[in-house]
Amino acid sequence: MFAKDSEVVIRAKNLTKKYKDFVAVDGIDFEVKRGESFGLLGPNGAGKSTTMKMISSVSQRTGGELTILGKEPNTHGPEIRAHLGVVPQKDLLDRELKAWENLFTYGRYFGLSRKFLKQKVEELLEFAQLTEKRNSKADDLSGGMQRRLAIARGLVNEPEILMLDEPTTGLDPQARHILWDRLFRLKEQGVTLVITTHYMDEAEQLCDRLIVMDKGKIMAEGSPAALIKQYSSKEVVEVRFGTDKNEKFAPQLEELADRIEVLPDRILLYTEKGEELLTKIVDAGLHPVTSLVRRSSLEDVFLRLTGRTLVE
Amino acid sequence: MITQLVVSQAVAIQERRSARPGSSIYSGRASMLLERGFRAFKSSNWMVVLSGFVEPVLYLLAFGFGIGQLIGNLEDGLGRPVSYAAFIAPALLATSAMNGAVYDSTWNVFFKMHFGKIYQVMLSSSLGPMDVALGEIGWALLRGVAYSLGFMAIVTPLGLVTNAWGLLAIPAASLIAFGFASIGMAITSYLKSFQQMNWVTFFMLPMFLFSGTFFPVSVYPQWIQMIVQALPLWQGVELIRSLMLGIVDWSLLGHVAYFLVMIAGGLWFTTVRLKALFMR
Repeated sequence: MFAKDSEVVIRAKNLTKKYKDFVAVDGIDFEVKRGESFGLLGPNGAGKSTTMKMISSVSQRTGGELTILGKEPNTHGPEIRAHLGVVPQKDLLDRELKAWENLFTYGRYFGLSRKFLKQKVEELLEFAQLTEKRNSKADDLSGGMQRRLAIARGLVNEPEILMLDEPTTGLDPQARHILWDRLFRLKEQGVTLVITTHYMDEAEQLCDRLIVMDKGKIMAEGSPAALIKQYSSKEVVEVRFGTDKNEKFAPQLEELADRIEVLPDRILLYTEKGEELLTKIVDAGLHPVTSLVRRSSLEDVFLRLTGRTLVE
Repeated sequence: MITQLVVSQAVAIQERRSARPGSSIYSGRASMLLERGFRAFKSSNWMVVLSGFVEPVLYLLAFGFGIGQLIGNLEDGLGRPVSYAAFIAPALLATSAMNGAVYDSTWNVFFKMHFGKIYQVMLSSSLGPMDVALGEIGWALLRGVAYSLGFMAIVTPLGLVTNAWGLLAIPAASLIAFGFASIGMAITSYLKSFQQMNWVTFFMLPMFLFSGTFFPVSVYPQWIQMIVQALPLWQGVELIRSLMLGIVDWSLLGHVAYFLVMIAGGLWFTTVRLKALFMR
């Protein structure tokens, strides 16, 4: 594992995907190292899923270079897929099969023996906390359980890289936390995770390093903390004056903070010291309807980079 | 450990495969789809499956033994007398094979493709599109074979198989089922809506009625005969009828070749289409 720690498992150079006239991924470069948890962050249509599909070798690039574990996806698709675990956005469980059969059958697609899978399936059901539900049809499971089953399915071939497309979209907060916990465990075991998300807190929780994508391009790259440091301030003050009044107070506020963003429903003020700034605002005779001091997040990074919010 | 850092079994299996030509589209594991088919089948609706089998049997009873009483005997190609039931039984066997294969390769495939989305998942494993095509066609073919075996089990005791060549009707029916399964899935992979799917049903009924099933195609003018003879069901009916009536010569290989082309073409188009749909 020593030399392998720095091994690059995914390498993309000028990676491009065009559909007719539409450029979904526009010449991006990135590398993912073994054991790393790598995030692709961006709004819908940023090209995250397309990038995931190219890595998963179910979509051929139209330009640039891409290797996964040193292998060429255009010629070695099935071989690369044997290295990967894929958790698709909509789970896509086999509704005609029971929970355990979903795992077993998927393992058979890889050519794994029944004997091996018998043991593996039990292990994975336990990992996904679904042992009790083993005989339920996929449709009868809750959203969180379905997602965990989809993750367990992605692990059946003992993948080195697990690809997760929007792993917690549509889950309630509790189910989300259970899921994060499972993903942490995988990371601890040395599995390389590649995660797309449009949730900032998720990226901050799960990713060692990430790329921020917008319109098929990479806007920034780094660890969540480094990105926040580079593109935002330490703290953010959010104030609301009411929908029509936000614009009106913007010039006055601009003088108080390092930088401000005026959104339709609120104004964000970037500063190193949030509480102090809030006091200054009140001292200046401005009385926001609501105010909030919070840590800067990747949401702010995205806003800074693109001038837009992530979830519109 | 849930995962491991040494080469996993799945990778080792696939690396052994990679030396072979075509390894990027075919991993040699189409049989895994049959396994999945049996698992899913265990909990499916048996009545639906049974109803497809019963249809040709009902036609045999109603036409062969009912209307057959009014018609009396026909002459086979060698001038020997043949009962009407014995004349239509081979055609209905071919139809059984066709029905079984087509039900599965059209409607069931359509649902799996657009609603179950199981092909997408299969293709994210180390299976290739040709594994999926061959596996699903194979599954549909099995239903066709099951229908024809059931049909044979009914007609043989009724004395409608009169000579040893008749035994070859079973592999012939399998060939027919394979052809229809293959072309059925290929066509389905191009269809997008229920309306389009209904065209398949719309086409099947006249093909069933007019492919020499209930009367010889010699009643038609020449140009209609040529159209009918180009249709796959006529090819199947001729093949099985010749075998069951014991009129065997080399010309039967022409029918066999027709189905081999149909199988290969269907398989190829299905593979290409799966790639276009799910690996774009």
